[in-house]
Amino acid sequence: MEYLPNIVFAVALVLGIGFFARNVKKLSRNIKLGKDVDVSDNKSQRWKNMAKIALGQTKMVVRPIAGLMHVIVYVGFIIINIEVLEIILDGLLGTHRLFSSLGSLYNFLIGSFEVLALLVIVAVVVFWIRRNIIRIQRFIKPEMKGWPKTDGNMILYIELVLMTLFLTMNAADFQLQQLGADHYMQAGTFPVSQFIVPLLDSLSESSLILVERTAWWLHILGILAFLNYLYYSKHLHILLAFPNTYYGKLKPQGQFNNLESVTNEVKLMMDPDADPFAAPAEDDVAEPEKFGASDVMDLNWVQLLNAYTCTECGRCTSECPANQTGKKLSPRKIMMDTRDRLEEVGKIIDANKGEFVPDGKQLLDDYISREELWACTTCNACVQACPVSIDPLSIIVEMRRYLVMEQSAAPTELNNMMSNIENNGAPWPYNQMDRLNWVNE
Amino acid sequence: MSEQLKVKTMQEFMSEGKQPEILFWVGSAGSYDDRAKKISRAFVKLLNKADVDFAVLGTEESSTGDVAKRAGNEFLFQMQAMMNIELLNGYEIKRIVTCDPHSFNTLKNEYPGLGGNYDVVHHTQYLKELLDNGRLTITGEGYKGKRITFHDPCYLGRANSIFDAPREVLSKTKAELVEMKRHKKTALCCGAGGAQMFKEPEKGDMDINVLRTKDALETKPNIIATGCPYCNTMMTDGIKAHEKEDSVTVMDVAELLANAQGL
Repeated sequence: MEYLPNIVFAVALVLGIGFFARNVKKLSRNIKLGKDVDVSDNKSQRWKNMAKIALGQTKMVVRPIAGLMHVIVYVGFIIINIEVLEIILDGLLGTHRLFSSLGSLYNFLIGSFEVLALLVIVAVVVFWIRRNIIRIQRFIKPEMKGWPKTDGNMILYIELVLMTLFLTMNAADFQLQQLGADHYMQAGTFPVSQFIVPLLDSLSESSLILVERTAWWLHILGILAFLNYLYYSKHLHILLAFPNTYYGKLKPQGQFNNLESVTNEVKLMMDPDADPFAAPAEDDVAEPEKFGASDVMDLNWVQLLNAYTCTECGRCTSECPANQTGKKLSPRKIMMDTRDRLEEVGKIIDANKGEFVPDGKQLLDDYISREELWACTTCNACVQACPVSIDPLSIIVEMRRYLVMEQSAAPTELNNMMSNIENNGAPWPYNQMDRLNWVNE
Repeated sequence: MSEQLKVKTMQEFMSEGKQPEILFWVGSAGSYDDRAKKISRAFVKLLNKADVDFAVLGTEESSTGDVAKRAGNEFLFQMQAMMNIELLNGYEIKRIVTCDPHSFNTLKNEYPGLGGNYDVVHHTQYLKELLDNGRLTITGEGYKGKRITFHDPCYLGRANSIFDAPREVLSKTKAELVEMKRHKKTALCCGAGGAQMFKEPEKGDMDINVLRTKDALETKPNIIATGCPYCNTMMTDGIKAHEKEDSVTVMDVAELLANAQGL
């Protein structure tokens, strides 16, 4: 029975991490449903971008208040993980404060964790107030109703509870140390939790141990639960921001990709030696490639990674000229819709032994309306605003391509503009022979 | 008709067996749009003044296909691009200047992948070059004491990170440059991009150009400067919506420079 806690801990750890690993596998399978795209170029630039944008949070601090608060939570998250490592080892080995042999360094570390924990609590409260009391515009847009709103608050509550448990655990530990309880050796400094100690003052040693152990267990089980919450939440960005910034666009923002499948056809059309009546080669019976995207499988995997990375902060939407002037388009919603549809497709695949069975739905119309797609000015403000290099514009353009090239479903005025280009080489119906008239007017 | 502009076509250069320093890509707006034609003329006046040996394609020029691409018609875009590339490569064009950031962006970034490799510059960059190497000097002080605010065209600024050239050129007019709250990387679009120029906007509570003009008017300018024929149209309409057309004008950087020198 002596090893029961160790065994329970090991089982909880294996279950927690195992379940998470299963979801990561699913995540990776879903992302790979996207088309292949070559992002193997410029490795050094890509590492630099990841270091700067994800690790260095350079685009977060463009908005100083949210940026600073976020840096606190982010640094807190990373640093306090050192403490989590100790907790895991203690749990497995049945030790208590294993790293305390580090002496004064340990005291310094525990002290800084406490300060960070307090700062995280402050930041989380500020975040909650911004979402629920001040109700900052970008948090109350239509696409944020229901689950996205709950999800946002849930994450804040979980973080608040975890930090409170951490400080409670330390406070009880500190009091036990002062009482000279067995196993509770003098270790750590408690600049923050010392202020909780008076609340525990009247407790007996055994009650204190109960408080300390309960907080310890709930804290680590809470972390494992949070880890598993990620997949069901917008909060995946804490992991995916890194690969996403690595694979982010390196070309000038104005450069759209040239569709290779179109290039091949155009070249054939313009080749004077090509025989228009030639029978297709025997082995050339593959279905012609679909132009553009009407569903998530038509997008490339980086675009799908983008969708899972989005944490719904809404900076893109708040910078979007169409959204600012009351149009339906919200770049954030484009990303959320892409993710939600991809999840739906993933579930269909799970339910059908790994095969996708068409469900009569698609990303276009069932999630993203044409009105949204046609409201975009392709100005790249959303791309510029995203703190983790998400490119909503590329999805919009891909879906426009489907509408125009597969469905001939552009708005009438645009069809007129395009037939003008076809007929007389300008978007307006002027004669090409008049192109130089401006010189003499 | 005002004074005679000196404009030669590539065909004329060819028949003389010569190559121009640079090709001026006029673009559809610069060729046909009444407002934009004035920008083309102002730019040519400056080129003539600086004695630049430039050519235009004239009636051989055709739409870059940029607007078709933004609308999603990749097919039409590539048809136009490959036609233009055949022509440009046939003339062995090395360097292109254009007053239209949309043409600039697609020629510079999207044509290379289809076989068209040129050194492409925006006219504000080219004017800066002419000013820097002394081929063009501006001595006029007609704009001294005027307030000018520059609206960054998306496809010049955010899309290609060209922010300084137009501002440096504008500073030669001796006018006072004032920045809007959102400028450079965070500049708001004028509302014309992504083929919006050619359609009615979707339902909303305001037009984008009216919002952007509001940004500009907050700087209390005499002149809103821009470097794009489409931005020019949108901002001009925006000024009208705010009923400020009597006190504020919208001008291209090239026009301001030409006017400053009394060209």
